[in-house]
Amino acid sequence: MKNEYMAYPAVVKKILKESSNTNTYTLAFVNEEKQKNFKALPGQFMMIGIFGIGEAALSICKIDEDGSFSTTVRNVGNVTNTIYQLKEGDKLNMRGPYGTGWPLEELKGKDILIVAGGIGLPPLRGIIDLVQKNRKNYGHLEIIYGARTPEDMVFKYEFGAWRQIKNSRFDLTVDTVSLGSKWECKIGLVTSCFPQMKTRNKNSIALLCGPEIMMRFAAKCLETIGFKDNQIYVSLERRMKCGFGKCGHCQIGPKYVCKDGPVFSYDEIRPYIHPL
Amino acid sequence: MKVSTMEKYILLKNKLPEWINMITPTYTIFAPVKEEDLVFFKPITKPSEMTLAYSNAIVPPKAQMFHQTETMFTFTQGKNIRVNPASLPDEKIVVFGIRPCDAKSLSIIDPVFTNDFEDPYYLTKRKNAILVGLSCNQPTVNCFCTSLNGSPASPEHLDILLTDIGDKYYVELNSEKGKQLVEKTKKLFTPATDADSKKKKDVEKKAVDAITRQMKINNVDAFVKKLDTIFDAPYWKTIAMKCLGCGACTYLCPTCHCFDIQDETTLDKGARIRVWDSCMRPEYTLHASGHNPRPERMNRVRNRVYHKYNYYPKNHQMIACVGCGRCIDNCPVNIDIIDVITKAGEVKP
Repeated sequence: MKNEYMAYPAVVKKILKESSNTNTYTLAFVNEEKQKNFKALPGQFMMIGIFGIGEAALSICKIDEDGSFSTTVRNVGNVTNTIYQLKEGDKLNMRGPYGTGWPLEELKGKDILIVAGGIGLPPLRGIIDLVQKNRKNYGHLEIIYGARTPEDMVFKYEFGAWRQIKNSRFDLTVDTVSLGSKWECKIGLVTSCFPQMKTRNKNSIALLCGPEIMMRFAAKCLETIGFKDNQIYVSLERRMKCGFGKCGHCQIGPKYVCKDGPVFSYDEIRPYIHPL
Repeated sequence: MKVSTMEKYILLKNKLPEWINMITPTYTIFAPVKEEDLVFFKPITKPSEMTLAYSNAIVPPKAQMFHQTETMFTFTQGKNIRVNPASLPDEKIVVFGIRPCDAKSLSIIDPVFTNDFEDPYYLTKRKNAILVGLSCNQPTVNCFCTSLNGSPASPEHLDILLTDIGDKYYVELNSEKGKQLVEKTKKLFTPATDADSKKKKDVEKKAVDAITRQMKINNVDAFVKKLDTIFDAPYWKTIAMKCLGCGACTYLCPTCHCFDIQDETTLDKGARIRVWDSCMRPEYTLHASGHNPRPERMNRVRNRVYHKYNYYPKNHQMIACVGCGRCIDNCPVNIDIIDVITKAGEVKP
């Protein structure tokens, strides 16, 4: 019987600083065979940890050609704090990937609206990369990204390239701007970007990831402009221990975020996240 | 594997110790052992250590398959980390004297540990275990297995069921495993007669009649749907008001199967262990960011009830409650699941 709880050593190949408390780590399994067989989909997650500290569920934000992948980690808890101390070349342990990922088949030929809040952008980055690489397979792409402050935004170094994507629109908003810092986009919640939004309900799919309260408000606003629940997908966050439906921690209604999600269609999960 | 026609035997009471002695060299025997006023399933070396005058063990025998604390693997710390998988126990065990309700609880939680990825820790022990049940002739005041299609003398989820019918045990073999265990010690058993079978039926009827409390769920599907309509009812707030969040109901529930994973370390060595966890604790769902999806006690109390009577039936087509009554017996503030469910049926959507 295979022991899925077993974590395997991995090496930190590269660290990119995103903000004052957030880094993006490029990781690969030490075992070449294991690395060669590693396949993941945008929206899936890994259980990443350090022996002696524990594990955390971290989403995959980028999958490279050579099979190594990146994850963006904000330093907020025990495990993420330990990861935050690591340097390039250091080792950690991981297992996965787990979860469903974004509905890739469903997205083909559709207009895509991405609404992300704060550290909710990384799970969606794989979709932006996918559209960028296979531009003609998808319709209009619209990215609405909100964060607390301009400094808290992740992937700032990609914004220029994202603005160049054909047939797309990119809108940014922040809650506050500190005195003296330069900011030319909006100030307000992500929903304050909705009036100028180009994506309308017909033949489009909305992908949401961010704080749960943000997703609930965003979904509510999308519904009022005609989006159906099955056109909206959300990626949820829950505390997880096992990652594959045993330990019970991520249970939400009859669903387990680890194995039935983390990506859910809104009509599937709506009764259990208390929509507004 | 079910035996097509269940084989029935008689074991004289005075032969029971001999039977236990005969199987002791091959199996680790867990049996009810009395410690002060409580009964626990413990490994025994001789029959005299066990007690058969008990209503039920305070900790359900799920603990024999799903240990309260269990090492998953060990590791060394430092530059060159080495991981050593914990060896899975291959000892064969007999859980002797398990009640039919507790045996049913294992069938209920099996799919959690089997579906998707198999859980080697639980399944190895489960496969190596033979369940020898003992019918419950004197149900306790809070027993309600009959409300959930159970019976105090049902062999359904057991390998062997013993029923005390006076000076002898009526023995029903319900699986290949059970048959094999008796096969090796056949000389102690004699075939049961029709009169014995009738005696068992009488004993069972008496026990069923002794169950006085009833949880009113007439139709499971209808009740599941009913709960869907009253999720936001103020009722749950009222129920949760007196809950202390101690978690006794979840630790002692034979169908609760949640666990936490923790690392325990010394300077250079460590172990990844798993321990029973409880959804009644706020930390159970707390994110590192501070967000808690089930922030109030009400959310947690309601989740426990819904998990057993709504979510579990939706996922596995069965209610995750066997009617053992432990959560009622051990709740420090007398939250009574029979009342909670029965009254929920009357709450207006």
